[in-house]
Amino acid sequence: MSTDLKEALFAYTLRLGDTSLVLGHRLSEWCGHAPELEEDIALTNVALDLVGHARMLLTYAGELEGKGRDEDRLAYRRDVFDYRNHLLVEQPNRDFGHTIVRQFLHDAWAVELYERLCASKDDTLAGIAAKAVKEVRYHVRHSGDWLVRLGDGTEISHAKVADALGRLWPYTGEMFERDEAEQALVAAGIVPDPAGLKAAWSARVEAVLEEATLDRPADGWMQKGGRRGEHSEHLGYLLAEMQFLPRAYPDATW
Amino acid sequence: MPDAAGCWGPEPGADAVVKAAWDALAGVMDPEIPVLSIVDLGIVRAVSADEDGRLSVALTPTYSGCPATGVIVLEAETALARARLDARVSVVIAPPWTTDWISDSGREKLAEVGIVPPPHSGKRSLTAPDEVIACPRCGSEDTRQISRFGSTACKALHACNACLEPFDVFKCH
Repeated sequence: MSTDLKEALFAYTLRLGDTSLVLGHRLSEWCGHAPELEEDIALTNVALDLVGHARMLLTYAGELEGKGRDEDRLAYRRDVFDYRNHLLVEQPNRDFGHTIVRQFLHDAWAVELYERLCASKDDTLAGIAAKAVKEVRYHVRHSGDWLVRLGDGTEISHAKVADALGRLWPYTGEMFERDEAEQALVAAGIVPDPAGLKAAWSARVEAVLEEATLDRPADGWMQKGGRRGEHSEHLGYLLAEMQFLPRAYPDATW
Repeated sequence: MPDAAGCWGPEPGADAVVKAAWDALAGVMDPEIPVLSIVDLGIVRAVSADEDGRLSVALTPTYSGCPATGVIVLEAETALARARLDARVSVVIAPPWTTDWISDSGREKLAEVGIVPPPHSGKRSLTAPDEVIACPRCGSEDTRQISRFGSTACKALHACNACLEPFDVFKCH
């Protein structure tokens, strides 16, 4: 693999790993606070899977970079501006409905992405995708079921998820962005074309929204920047909590 | 895949150290479902020996974030060391683990402790509509799913409408 392509793959893998890690951390914040015990367990189970994906992806990113950074170094020793996750996943937890909407919008994208990444010409990425896709297919069923139940539920639950959908929709555009480096990866058959994901994602989302009696928001102004390290203030607070221990006690081991 | 008898183990004619390693690993129980050995669970992916008799053992996680993976690696290393075997244990992710790899004896052991074993994926997939699941205690087919996620990553929680008992179902994966 050429140096340029390797650098592009590092950037790509880092974005995907960071997105999984940050969303996994957000879900873990529900531990002990979900509206019912079963959901407490479900959200933290999904969090575990996502952190598992992040571990595989960040380990691989570290190998591609070749500067000796492992998964922990990448997760715990980078500040906000070095994180490359989507802005969608760093949005703070509001109510349960908001968490479900955020999760569903992400899950629907993750399923479409990993299904295509299984065919990557990069064996490691294809292996990670084949492992992850089985789990995210389960996640999207869970978040989709809840979205239908809340959307097609009571007046209050409908209003809450409709509100969350409006708030979060402007963060969905970032999932389909593509820069020059990614263009090279697409051309090399290593990653799927993000633009091609959009139609499949839209179809998946619209089918569930219809069942949930929710209107699909119009694609207006889309927030962007997370993929380049330009984040909302929320990510700093998340990292402060997530990175406290390794920053207070560098190189500590169990 | 497990052999015709639904079991995992060394290839016929394998070295004595490879057979000894499989025996040692068959004694390592899954920390979260301690009726199943890691061999029953199908997560011992390969055991091989080099010319000097040094063993390489490959394990695979059930779920990406399974918190038991680290403990399982440690316990496998301990069991191999106790059997005085020189082995290096590594974790591989491809091909991804599937519940089809749970041995037939493993399925029987799950059923004995009241955990509904997973059907073979050829018969039912994760994304197919839920099929009838019989209560492992009273046998009634009048059951319902309480939650897609149970006490461990690999199980879902169901309940019986007849005898009212909740029970675990191993998710088809």
